[in-house]
Amino acid sequence: MKEIAIVGYQQSDCVADAGACNEVELIIPVLSKLYGQVGITNAQDVDFVCSGSCDYLQGAAFAFVMGVDALGAVPPIVESHVEMDAAWALYESMLKLRMGHADSALIYGFSKSSPGELPIVLSQQLDPYYLAPQWVDTVSLAALQARLLLDRGVISEQDMAEVVSRSRRNARNNPHAQLAGDVSVEDVLAEATYLSPLRRSDICPVSDGASAVVIATVEKAREWGLPYAVISGIDHCIETHHLGMRDLTDSMSTRRAAENAGAGDGPVDVAELYAPFSHQEIVLTRALGLDDKTSVNPSGGVLAGNLMMASGLSRIGEVFNRIVGGEAERGVAHATSGPCLQHNLVAVIEKAEAA
Amino acid sequence: MANLAAVVGIGQTKYTTKREDVSIAGLVREAAVGALRDAELTWDDIDAVIVGKAPDMFEGVVMPEIYLTDALGCNGKPMLRVHTAGSVGGSTALVAASHVQSGTFRRVLTVAFEKQSESNAMWALSNPQPFSTHLNAGAGGYFAPIIREYMRRSGAPYNVGIKVAVKDRLHGARNPLAHLQRPDITMEEVEESFMLWDPIRYLESCPSSDGACAMVIADEDYADAAPRPPAWIRGVAMRSEPTMYAGREEVNPQAGRDCAADVYKQAGITDPRKDLDVAEVYVPFSWYEPMWLENLGFAPEGEGWKLTMEGATSLDENGDIPWNPSGGVLSSNPIGASGMIRFAEAARQVRGDAGDHQVAGAKLALGHAYGGGAQFYAMWVVGADKG
Repeated sequence: MKEIAIVGYQQSDCVADAGACNEVELIIPVLSKLYGQVGITNAQDVDFVCSGSCDYLQGAAFAFVMGVDALGAVPPIVESHVEMDAAWALYESMLKLRMGHADSALIYGFSKSSPGELPIVLSQQLDPYYLAPQWVDTVSLAALQARLLLDRGVISEQDMAEVVSRSRRNARNNPHAQLAGDVSVEDVLAEATYLSPLRRSDICPVSDGASAVVIATVEKAREWGLPYAVISGIDHCIETHHLGMRDLTDSMSTRRAAENAGAGDGPVDVAELYAPFSHQEIVLTRALGLDDKTSVNPSGGVLAGNLMMASGLSRIGEVFNRIVGGEAERGVAHATSGPCLQHNLVAVIEKAEAA
Repeated sequence: MANLAAVVGIGQTKYTTKREDVSIAGLVREAAVGALRDAELTWDDIDAVIVGKAPDMFEGVVMPEIYLTDALGCNGKPMLRVHTAGSVGGSTALVAASHVQSGTFRRVLTVAFEKQSESNAMWALSNPQPFSTHLNAGAGGYFAPIIREYMRRSGAPYNVGIKVAVKDRLHGARNPLAHLQRPDITMEEVEESFMLWDPIRYLESCPSSDGACAMVIADEDYADAAPRPPAWIRGVAMRSEPTMYAGREEVNPQAGRDCAADVYKQAGITDPRKDLDVAEVYVPFSWYEPMWLENLGFAPEGEGWKLTMEGATSLDENGDIPWNPSGGVLSSNPIGASGMIRFAEAARQVRGDAGDHQVAGAKLALGHAYGGGAQFYAMWVVGADKG
């Protein structure tokens, strides 16, 4: 199958409230930087564009429509959209490249979650007849999952606090992070519980912003003369929506996607995991079979800032950055969607072989 | 070069105002089971599921595919959700096709739906936004001025839209799945129906429907051995243009012209009226038939209305290029599914499976969808032969 490369990645700062900025204004600065990085003028210079966003976060039908106005789509462009994290927009773009209908693609994700109450908004993602009318919010569901993990002795509160502490420390080197600092495990454990057993620090913040990636065939990447990393495998998998029918202490779908993507076929130097809650990072790390040799979430992960609809794409971009920066040779990026890790995507990204 | 792919199974619900007997999950499953049965496949034979629908506010469920995974047999598989406004049914079919055309999967299921009775589409399309003017116009209010401009430019007689409204409802009366069943409709009745958004009368508008449409798309090996004739995918194209752009040509949008040129080139079509046998085109308001006849190259600019008035697009008048033999969007409109219904009905025609609305001997068909304020386009050409 055709080799596909990542050639550029940019992300905005994760901010708690972007104020009067609309979605187009969140996207344009990120795209401008990305165009500069890749050496293109606008979306006219790629063969395909695909984005990820969610109408309910904006509170409007067709949230993505105005996003197209940020692209310079005159003359018209080949463009599509998923109502999912933009990591899946990247997946769709890869199919387009594999079928030979494009040699390059621009992918972006964005959201402005601040105007609404995100956990409550996402409660309306549940089964509309049996669950959504109860308005069970995402944080409460994650708390139930954490309780299950603790009660079964799969993890300890200390383990969760270690995830938070590492995220905050790692985020000190991430200029786009919303939450960063020298936070110790003891500091975290000293915090009061918010929705037991979760402390506020166990929960990702609500952030506004956008991120974007350019991918291309390896031939095109070489033609552009850009440093690139190769996506050597990608797969995604969804599980049942009914939480009572899933083993919430494991992530079967992550495990399966990782197997199909070939995550275990070589050493994993770096992993960027979309874990909106501290305990989920542990579930994911185990499902991916990662050990101490892997640097997990060197960016701080989404506990340091969570751009809904873009965080999954950013995980891919962060692994790309480590590889082209020479810090890693092979890495795994993960994206998730749905309550308690229902749907998971795994991408394996590797250093390019010398041309 | 893309791998060959074909439609090997199609399932549709009956389109109606309110499906009170099924949940959203029940609705999509009905179409999906129909497609699997047509393909003589089971859930286990499906490698991936691609779901499409228009804005989530139409049902009031955020990303409903997350809850629909159980009903659609996705568990343990890849599931993708497409949303490209009104063109979404078409775009979803194209994204599903790319799963096979890329060589990544052998057999995929694609489903598009809308259960509009769960909510209020007019409200969902027009809720006020903090940083922009509140239009509160709905789709008809948005398109009416564009239609008036078409009438001014082309000098078309006032009753072209009325003729389309009658023609598509007579087509719909041949299709037992169509929402509106009006075998007795007349030009007088349409003309006397009340004016909604001048020049669009009530009977020149699409209905609001509940419904779902599903297809199984398979690779060449499987399609060659399929139990029923496959509809080979001969061309796929998408185009988008901006909403706010001073130079935008809204009557005859460039994105539509470019998209058609792209898909025709892939399918080897040089004269669409002659080369194609039938077209299923997204016409939610009557006047969009003559407008799209021009945009899609079936008639020179300013002359699309002549084909309509001559009966060229009518099955009942033995037209040479029937448009929307299924009754089209004017007869059934579950918005998120409407584009996929066009794509699936084009496939039914070349499979010889369209019942009383079959165009005799159809070998090559166009499926078309547009969305938003006519900035988004998705099209495919399907054929009885591989090409």
